[in-house]
Amino acid sequence: MTQSFELQVDKRRSLLDPVPELLEISARAPLSKAPGGMPGWIATGREVVRQILGDSERFSNVPPPEPGGRKLDQHEGSLLHIDPPEHSRLRRLVAPMFTVRQMRRLEPMMERIVADHLDVLERAGQPADLMRHFARPVSGLVLAEILGLPRDDLPELSRLSDYRAAGHSARRKPAATAYFRHFEQLVAEQRRHPGEGLVGTLIREHGDGVTDEELAGLCEGIANGSIENTAEAIALGTLALLLHPEQLALLRERPELMDRAVEELLRYVSVVAVVSPRTALVDVAIAGEMIRAGEVVSCSVLAANRCPHDDGLADGLDIAREESANHLALGHGNHFCLGAGLARVQMRIAFTGLLERFPGLRLGAGVEELRFRLLAPQFGVETLPVAW
Amino acid sequence: MTPVTGADGGAANIGIRVDRDRCAGSGVCALFEPRYFDQSEEDGLALPRVREAAPEALPVLRAAASRCPAGAITLVVPDTRESAAGDRAD
Repeated sequence: MTQSFELQVDKRRSLLDPVPELLEISARAPLSKAPGGMPGWIATGREVVRQILGDSERFSNVPPPEPGGRKLDQHEGSLLHIDPPEHSRLRRLVAPMFTVRQMRRLEPMMERIVADHLDVLERAGQPADLMRHFARPVSGLVLAEILGLPRDDLPELSRLSDYRAAGHSARRKPAATAYFRHFEQLVAEQRRHPGEGLVGTLIREHGDGVTDEELAGLCEGIANGSIENTAEAIALGTLALLLHPEQLALLRERPELMDRAVEELLRYVSVVAVVSPRTALVDVAIAGEMIRAGEVVSCSVLAANRCPHDDGLADGLDIAREESANHLALGHGNHFCLGAGLARVQMRIAFTGLLERFPGLRLGAGVEELRFRLLAPQFGVETLPVAW
Repeated sequence: MTPVTGADGGAANIGIRVDRDRCAGSGVCALFEPRYFDQSEEDGLALPRVREAAPEALPVLRAAASRCPAGAITLVVPDTRESAAGDRAD
């Protein structure tokens, strides 16, 4: 694995694990001044991360200006980058589309898409790329169904999303613009002919109560969660199981552990290693430190989930453990992952399908050949060759 | 869904409250404790299925309250008032 020298400590990994520097920072204190190259503070303790993410009254999600005064691309509907009351209003527009009951209604659709792509993966021949033939198309097609997005748009969105993930590439900014433009066009089209999906439903139910930019921003956020985070969670979760054959065998033997396994895999891979930075709105005394108004905190979900803490929970992958349900992989507080239920159901259906279809599922390449995405907002693997 | 009430219907029951201003509609309560929580079709926010539960339900209700990402669940336990506290660092 090659790792960029300028990569922040909270985004680096050793395969799927936190790097020793992050373990050291976490062992010293749950909240520390960020190490060189990072602004503000880094929170690594499980309780401190929970407290900060749960405190939208004193911590803002509005992104701090980037060094040199550059401003991030942000849009009205980007739920991750706004605070209450705007955040609450927009979130409540879309929350009904992601309820537990709604996810249950969507299960047959997800089962169909997963079954189709188990066929695709099988036909691709060994070793097949699980990312390309399974994880990405599954999460992409589920997204298309939910938003009411033409499925033919997916390859282009996926390509743009790859560029956006490529850190400092010159293609990144134009790709981000084109990606957003794609959703603006979807919204314009659905304003004329509102369809059955989420966008059409919001237009029918709320009309002018929601702006085009808000709708496009909501779509963009939901698309990121699907095309990127869910695809990575399926692929990295599979990888974690393949790297722990005894856990994989246990899950085959006791399929009733699947729900716990999904929680444990979410914790273990922590796709979003560090959540959107929080900025203190007032001076906040916490964990024996004083975060001053205006200072930025990086909340390391990876450290909170994976570094040893006072509660003595072991870090090893253990799909049977009950307490992993308290992980922070899907965030905490009012910005808690909107698509959490969707991701959980997709992971369950995907892992169940993979285990049933491929009794001999194993890694189709050496671990050292795997290439990981370290610069993207979410951790990921470029390709995941598998054999069976 | 059978309403969950105290065996004797007495005063020892635990009250279940959801703060709709705080609730983010995460559905975590409805997913993990569907006996006690549902979600509104209208805004996705949590709806307790019952206003009160028997004292035996306290452990699972405490787990649900502490797991709520938005700290929106409050339990009214006789003589005390619990919440998912800890989320506000004061």
